[in-house]
Amino acid sequence: MPQRILVLLAHPARRRSRANAALTAAAAAVEGVRLHDLYEAYPDFLIDVEGEQALLLEHDVIVFQHPVYWYSSPAILKEWQDLVLEHGFAYGREGTALAGKTLLSAVTAGGTEEAYGPEGMNRHAITEFLRPFEATARLCRMRWLPPFILHGTHLLGPEALAERATDYAARLARLRDAVEA
Amino acid sequence: MGEGFLGQAFVYLLAAVAAVPIAKRLGLGSVLGYLLAGVAIGPFGLHLAGDAGAVMHFAEFGVVMMLFLVGLELRPARLWAMRGPVLGAGGMQVGLTALAVAAIGLAFGFDWRMALAAGLILAMSSTAIALQILAERGLLKTGGGETTFAVLLFQDVSVIPILTVLPLLALAPAGAAGGAHAGGWIETLPPWAHALAVLGAVAIVVLGGRVLTRPVFRLVAGTHLREIFTATALLLVIAIALLMETVGLSPALGAFLGGVVLADSEFRHELEGDIEPFKGLLLGLFFLSVGAGIDFAQVAGAPLTVAGLVLLLVLVKAAVLAGLGLLARRPRTEILLTALVLSQGGEFAFVLLAFATQNGVLPAAEASLLVSVVALSMPVTPLLMMAYGRLADRLAGTDLPPEPDAVEPQGSVIIAGFGRFGQIVGRLLLAQGQPVTVLDHDMETIETLRRFGYRVFYGDATRLDLLQAAGAAEAALVVVATDAPETTLSIIHTVRRHFPQAQILARATDRTHAYAVLEAGADGMVRETFGSALELGVEALRRLGLPAYEAARVGRLFRRHDLRALHRLGAIRDDDGRYRLAVREAAEQLVGVLERDQVRGRIALDEGWDTRSLVEEVRRDAAERDKAG
Repeated sequence: MPQRILVLLAHPARRRSRANAALTAAAAAVEGVRLHDLYEAYPDFLIDVEGEQALLLEHDVIVFQHPVYWYSSPAILKEWQDLVLEHGFAYGREGTALAGKTLLSAVTAGGTEEAYGPEGMNRHAITEFLRPFEATARLCRMRWLPPFILHGTHLLGPEALAERATDYAARLARLRDAVEA
Repeated sequence: MGEGFLGQAFVYLLAAVAAVPIAKRLGLGSVLGYLLAGVAIGPFGLHLAGDAGAVMHFAEFGVVMMLFLVGLELRPARLWAMRGPVLGAGGMQVGLTALAVAAIGLAFGFDWRMALAAGLILAMSSTAIALQILAERGLLKTGGGETTFAVLLFQDVSVIPILTVLPLLALAPAGAAGGAHAGGWIETLPPWAHALAVLGAVAIVVLGGRVLTRPVFRLVAGTHLREIFTATALLLVIAIALLMETVGLSPALGAFLGGVVLADSEFRHELEGDIEPFKGLLLGLFFLSVGAGIDFAQVAGAPLTVAGLVLLLVLVKAAVLAGLGLLARRPRTEILLTALVLSQGGEFAFVLLAFATQNGVLPAAEASLLVSVVALSMPVTPLLMMAYGRLADRLAGTDLPPEPDAVEPQGSVIIAGFGRFGQIVGRLLLAQGQPVTVLDHDMETIETLRRFGYRVFYGDATRLDLLQAAGAAEAALVVVATDAPETTLSIIHTVRRHFPQAQILARATDRTHAYAVLEAGADGMVRETFGSALELGVEALRRLGLPAYEAARVGRLFRRHDLRALHRLGAIRDDDGRYRLAVREAAEQLVGVLERDQVRGRIALDEGWDTRSLVEEVRRDAAERDKAG
């Protein structure tokens, strides 16, 4: 059975987005993927907890797609976590609503892979900075996948960007068809 | 005159009402419809029209009005922005077509003056037919459409110099032939005084238009009597026409000048709206009388000659445009479109032919032959356009690179009503660099806004013609921010019906009105006092000690619940499709709202960041561990 995929998009300035716009367009073209733009849905940050929880229940794979801001996500995704991943729903003794589902982070970063290397300015790899998300997945009894990372977006040419967007779409398609374990 | 006048009016109006809708349905356009109606009631049809010549003389005033409106449309800034294509494509089209036709005339052995006059006259194309076809096919914003528009614009403007030049081409002095434009006393003046009178008249139009009209219109608008405004507009055009005739200039020229002078006025749209129906009717009458005047005996006498001339005219006009397009290396589909859509003779040709006959430039027989040729060249265009679709497809296949996509203009916004409500909407949009067109009927508001450089127009926004003049047909969004609930509904109805492409956002007074507004077809609405009252409520909570963020959040949650209830109830309709609850709520509005708040409101308000269940669980776990340990 095909896996139902929910992409939670968090980009506060879509009109200035290039890399995320390319990824979003690629994801939108994949059949069976539902895109949910958080800043578009909640311009006032007033997250509809019930609605969001219902949406989570309807899907098998949850994707957090966002640019890396200060080694983390844009603010609304944090707000979303704070409110939607309630005790008794997502975690805790009774909180098993998300158990067995899959969580994937798909992030874009301005810095190159070297900048996120041991010798680079940021010292740690992006996967390290994404540990809080990994821990969130674990607490919610979700499966954590190796993140999809797009490095060096400031220097990426249109062809390279298109290529990486295709990779992203292919990865989503594999997740949908449950080819990727 | 009594019965005769009414009888004639009945015949002409009936012919128009019967023929024009049929012609439009057949895709032939209204100009052809009028011509056909004229033929039907003319001496070669049912023989119902009386003195078509006299009617035509009266109807010529429609041409004066048309030029006034052309002038009004010609904001100098717009003309300047299009100067390249207008002068280039337009100038070349008129010049080369005139020369080509004149050369053919010479080859047939006509006098050069007659040939040149015919050339200038036949260079005109039909704005009515061309623009209508482009609009119907959505081609106005394509490369070919813009070139077509530029050429038509140049033709419109060039009518003025052509009207001036034609009398100079006269074979015989004009005096004998009617002489509508040969003023009386002015001829008795010495040449220097004559020139002075002409200059004085032009100065009166320009200065009067700049200085006098605005206070006069403001005064008239202040009476809030629409018919007096209309009367003033008509008075203005007629006064200009009379003044020009007195000094021996063309009334059409004067009206055109008057239009240009007023093009920047805030009353432009209202003037357009008021003059337009008169112009439309009189021009219709003009075309009717042209149709009635077509000499079918002549056509029947030499059918091959007429058919040949029609073909020749279409071929020459299309060939000149195609040549110009190839020279400018335009894409081939664009060349094809421009060449075909401008290949007919124009309505100005009828005007100019009548004028040329009066001034002794063309003998009546030749002129009436040309009237038939121009009239018959018009129905050829819709036929050619049927072929265009298929030809363009084939050309596009071979064309490299293909024609670039039409650049859509940025969505424009019209705000109807610029009082306390509309102003805030407008200021926000303008602060974002989004241009808005404002319609309002309060003179003081308009005055103030104009001083700050707003595009504001005076008028009643429930009027279809004013909305049209303000550009509602191209608007992406219409904001209806008028005070009176009934006015708001009426504007929404009109916009929804006539401009389906525009989204409508409306200001509603209360719940009941909100439903009515949505039912009338608004895409969105905001209750005018809801937002500010809510803000005040939040402020009240803050002053009672609620932390600021919580108070603000409660306010927003309240707003969400209220809006959801509004839309949920709005979706329930009774058998007649009316908003049942809307009607009932009118009576018990407050009670119902308050009851719903009690049931759903408080509990649903907020559960965010609630850690009670977590704390309980942790404590329970700890207690169990203690017990086990």
